[in-house]
Amino acid sequence: MVETAHGLVRSRAAAFDGATAPRLGQGWWGSALRRLLRHRAAVAGLIVIGVLGLMALLAPWVDRQGPTSQQLDATLSGPSARFWLGTDQLGRDQYSRLVHGARVSLTIGVLTQAVAVGLGLAVGMAAGLGGRRADALLMRLTDVAYAFPDLLMIILLVSIFGASVTMLVLAIGLVSWTTIARLVRGQILSLREEEFVLAARALGASRWRIAWHHLLPNLLGPVIITAAFGVPAAIFAEAALAFIGLGLPPPTPSWGRLVTDSFGAMFAAPHLVVTSCLAVALTMMSFTFLGDGLRDALDPRTPVRRPLPEADLMEEGERKATQRRRAA
Amino acid sequence: MAAYLVRRILWIGPVLFAVALITFVLMHQVPGGPWDRAKRLPPQALENVNLQYGLDQPVWEQFGRYLLDLAQGDLGASFRSRNRPVADVLADGIRVSATLGLLALAVSVTVGVGLGVVSALRRNTVLDYAAVAFATVGASVPSFILGMLLLVLFTARLHWLPSGGWGSPQQAVMPVAALSALPAAYIARVTRASMLDVLQQEYVRTARAKGLRERAVVLRHMLRNALIPVLTVIGPVGAMLVTGSFVVEHLFAIPGIGRTFVNSISARDYGVIMGTTLFYTFVVAVANLVVDALYAVVDPRIRYEAHG
Repeated sequence: MVETAHGLVRSRAAAFDGATAPRLGQGWWGSALRRLLRHRAAVAGLIVIGVLGLMALLAPWVDRQGPTSQQLDATLSGPSARFWLGTDQLGRDQYSRLVHGARVSLTIGVLTQAVAVGLGLAVGMAAGLGGRRADALLMRLTDVAYAFPDLLMIILLVSIFGASVTMLVLAIGLVSWTTIARLVRGQILSLREEEFVLAARALGASRWRIAWHHLLPNLLGPVIITAAFGVPAAIFAEAALAFIGLGLPPPTPSWGRLVTDSFGAMFAAPHLVVTSCLAVALTMMSFTFLGDGLRDALDPRTPVRRPLPEADLMEEGERKATQRRRAA
Repeated sequence: MAAYLVRRILWIGPVLFAVALITFVLMHQVPGGPWDRAKRLPPQALENVNLQYGLDQPVWEQFGRYLLDLAQGDLGASFRSRNRPVADVLADGIRVSATLGLLALAVSVTVGVGLGVVSALRRNTVLDYAAVAFATVGASVPSFILGMLLLVLFTARLHWLPSGGWGSPQQAVMPVAALSALPAAYIARVTRASMLDVLQQEYVRTARAKGLRERAVVLRHMLRNALIPVLTVIGPVGAMLVTGSFVVEHLFAIPGIGRTFVNSISARDYGVIMGTTLFYTFVVAVANLVVDALYAVVDPRIRYEAHG
């Protein structure tokens, strides 16, 4: 009896420990990817993000003219063959500025989440694995950071250190890690009790090996989901800061700057407001869709979203049954 | 539960202290002082005002004094508003922001619950798809982007609504719409999911079986149960709305608490910066507490006191 149970644990543990994370995950990540690709909104989001990312990457080649070059004979002009999306107050091509702005805003969005994930994973794992005292200390710290109103902290930091891309990334990252830290700690506390961790420990795996090979792969899903939702939040924060006058200094063509500048020309050139607002909104929406898709794909506990939710299917079945009964 | 609540309430104190300490130190690092104007004060005058407000002392001493005053309920005086008590300045802003926020909350709950219920009852119809589309798009478009698009349409193009300010009903339309779209979308999502869940419950079938009118079934048996998860959402949404939005207030020139804060930063109005920060922190902390408590009330399976 004991022998068999032991053998069972052993074989399962061997299966887990023998395979390194990628091989172990291949099937799982593969099926997650398939689930993600079935999520239509997420695919649409991915496409938009991909196109924008490419344009941002290739900005100097796909723009029509430099983001700061001025055509003073054509200020505040409407969309035309020469200026696809019109020009702003200083005769700068709106399309070119949007393309270059994508560089700035996407960089801020993605790097901010890198900072947040790094900090969150470090604090969360240290709290989850570091023993009772470290846990208490780190979680109280997280509580305080969580309680601090995000935008207030960002505004204070930016006022002190000045606005630059690096500073914005650090400031926004510094207020965004708490969710990830809490998530990671919570996951570790529950994963620690799982059989496969017990098995790994029984086989003599070191703490670090358990953390790296057994816990981390299981944490990545929720962390990736949180980061996907964090990107639009960071893009929003940049735009909001620019709008209240604390953003990146001109002439950096960030989307926040574009939105702010266009606001001044609201009456004369509404197309500027519409195009810059749509760029921000579309990108934020795409990342949110991607996050939704990732949540469905990576969290095996939530069932894959079908065209008809569970409740509808049941109702559907019932209705058919009733019809059949009536027909009979 | 009681022990957990007491622990949580007591914990708000240290959190406020930590936030106050961090803010105090940070804001004194912001270059420049409250008396920096285009026209420079004579050195002697500058020295005198600094002396009068204790700004010549080390930050630690100033912080100690601030805490002592705070303990007696004194938030200090605003430099920017000619020595008006900070509490008064805050109260003005809070009144405006709270009015705006409560209006937006009312709109978002009405619209959100309405859309959620209708789309659940008429699921897989055009109505449902429209509501779901609104909920999906609305949940990811930030308030001030929406506000700007509204401005372009209703002010710049149609000249129907004033561009900003606060006081008349017309001036409230666009800010309320901009603020409530996102929470309304979110509430619609939650309501729809929860209604679909309730739809297949036995008690709904029982209610129908005993011949109740559809109206009574929906209102009395379904909605009442379906709204429980929605309640827990309203907590944080309410806190978010009532504490105001910096950007929407800035966009529509509304003299709310968010604008007060932004102005106080640029004016280095230390008392007001501290006051707004502590106010925000307190409201958010209380809202989180209420939500966690509500979860436990709604879902008896959640027990907080269970060892840690």
